[in-house]
Amino acid sequence: MWFPRLQSDRVLRARPVEAPFALVLKQANAERLYCLNARAEAEGLHRGMALADARIYCPALLTAPADPGRDARFLAALRRWATRYCPWVGAEGDDGLVLDVTGATHLHGGEAAMLADMRARAARAGLALRLGLADSRGGAWALARFGEGVAPPGDPLAALAPLPVAALRLEPEVVTALQRLGLRTIGDLAARPRPPLTRRFGPDLLARLDQALGHLPEPVAPDAEPPHYGIRLSLPEPIGLTEDVMAGTARLLERLCAQLLAREAGARVLELSLRRVDGGAARVELRLASPMREADRILPLFRRGVEAAEAGFGIDQLRLEALVVEDLPVQQLGGPVAARGAAPEGPALDDLVTRIGTRIGLENIRRLLPADSHIPERAFSVAPAAFSAPASGGWPAPRPRPLRLFPPEPIAARGPRPPRRFRWRALQLATARATGPERIAPEWWLPDEAWRHGTRDYWQIETREGRRLWLFHTPQAPGWFVHGEFP
Amino acid sequence: MPANLFDSYPLRPARVHEVCGPGATSFAAILAAQGTGPVLWVRPGWSHEALNPQGLARLFDPARLLIAEAPSPTDALAVSEEALRDGAVPLVVTEITRPLDLRQGRRLQLAAKTGGSTGLCLIPEGMGSNAAETRWHAAPRLAAEEEADSTALRWEIIKNKSGTLGAWDVLWTDTAHRLHVVSPVAERPGSARASG
Repeated sequence: MWFPRLQSDRVLRARPVEAPFALVLKQANAERLYCLNARAEAEGLHRGMALADARIYCPALLTAPADPGRDARFLAALRRWATRYCPWVGAEGDDGLVLDVTGATHLHGGEAAMLADMRARAARAGLALRLGLADSRGGAWALARFGEGVAPPGDPLAALAPLPVAALRLEPEVVTALQRLGLRTIGDLAARPRPPLTRRFGPDLLARLDQALGHLPEPVAPDAEPPHYGIRLSLPEPIGLTEDVMAGTARLLERLCAQLLAREAGARVLELSLRRVDGGAARVELRLASPMREADRILPLFRRGVEAAEAGFGIDQLRLEALVVEDLPVQQLGGPVAARGAAPEGPALDDLVTRIGTRIGLENIRRLLPADSHIPERAFSVAPAAFSAPASGGWPAPRPRPLRLFPPEPIAARGPRPPRRFRWRALQLATARATGPERIAPEWWLPDEAWRHGTRDYWQIETREGRRLWLFHTPQAPGWFVHGEFP
Repeated sequence: MPANLFDSYPLRPARVHEVCGPGATSFAAILAAQGTGPVLWVRPGWSHEALNPQGLARLFDPARLLIAEAPSPTDALAVSEEALRDGAVPLVVTEITRPLDLRQGRRLQLAAKTGGSTGLCLIPEGMGSNAAETRWHAAPRLAAEEEADSTALRWEIIKNKSGTLGAWDVLWTDTAHRLHVVSPVAERPGSARASG
């Protein structure tokens, strides 16, 4: 199956236009036509043409930007649709599908009926479709793109012989070279003795020819269906009580968790959609602190969201989907290893983090990790607890570091020695002991607005009043600042 | 008769306690050092002050620390209530920015009783709730010459539901991770608050 205008058909399905239409993709700094509709092709435009040239030929041309990502998703959807004809469907390039219909045609009333059905359905969907049916994958490819038709079984050459050599999936240079030699059709090529051709073009050309004629096998590789973790429960009568919804959720969770266990995966983000009778839907999203697949642990975590959901006139369908799934291998519980390495992070803590995370956001529960820097503010990093492991290493600090750090607060003082008396946060403080200086130079390879005053000389100040502060002096732009407080 | 610090410290579990004063952070960190297991520290998300793990490492292992940054005071209370009731975290430290009323304090107290965790609220001076089990005032003090290599603190218990009040000069030795009582201070209620 070849969809010659897949990309533009996809856009035009949503917004049909009668005029010449083209999708434009920016390639190598120039806007080029990416895919056109039939009207535009009739105007003499072709793929790869610069947009400016195309506008000269056809001023009425309508354009829209191309989106290869969505095209790929559309093709994937078509691939799923094509499994209605046979189970063995693979994608072919970015605008074709290849179906291995061996043994499946009689289910649709024979080859001709099946092809007619494919054409009718594609036409109804607004897709241009060209079909080729042959004994081999290469033959079908050639027929779909260059001839459209059915190669009689057992004798593919009869159908393929009049097709040009380009139908053999060859490099453009090889095609040009063959045409220069006068070998324009597959029939010409097949009639030639093989050794000189191999010497001239290498083994690839004849391998392609053999694939097209079915002498060399070429399997159809079906894409694996991505695992889908979604489960639905439809109810004959609408429900509204929290307990009822939780009971329904429990049933869904049991099945979903069985699926997850079978694939050794754990859910990270779950979404419960509650479809109401009036057509609206309430969504409850649950983000877990660690991948999980234990139904009885997940269920209580849903309660808060379910209680907040609006039931309206009643809920008649529940749908539970695991939106983000991570690998979660089966772990051995108990035994000497688990007992010895008693991790402080048990499942109870994960549940707590999840529950708190539903309230304040999972990113707002953090832990501190050591970082490689001599700048005090950058000697640690803050990471979300749910997505990081606790630090195992130590916290090397060459000198005592304060317990709390705040943005530097200027104080009135001058000179390179620490002041005897100073005011800070409305406190009158007198220096009793000063230890320092500890000179810290900025990391010049990282621009940092806070360090624009240059080098800092840090002093630990013990005041007569008891407070122990971390002061610094910036010799390059004289000034004194309080940066932190010791215990 | 001078009261003994270790009658009321480490703090009674399954209760919520309060500490105020400039040494409140180190009071909480030293309390964390007395126990094991994770520590949940509920902080206001809008604060510019940061806990410095390099400094904390002298008191307890920062790998045990989980920080919850709450977007509002109500959320902060809700998070600590949830954590106290759950009991998965043996120590929950909450930085309070708004005065607690009796109802909020009592809810925290009930949650701590259910879960069995210790709760500690770092309160601004004079913003405590009557429901707290004990209230402490912690302040750093100027170390004498011979104690200069350790952290000198002055702790005073200014409210105690089930015990006596008292004030102590304590020393935290970084290398040994130990708390020493230097001398019980003669009881002068409110004296530490006046100087801090």
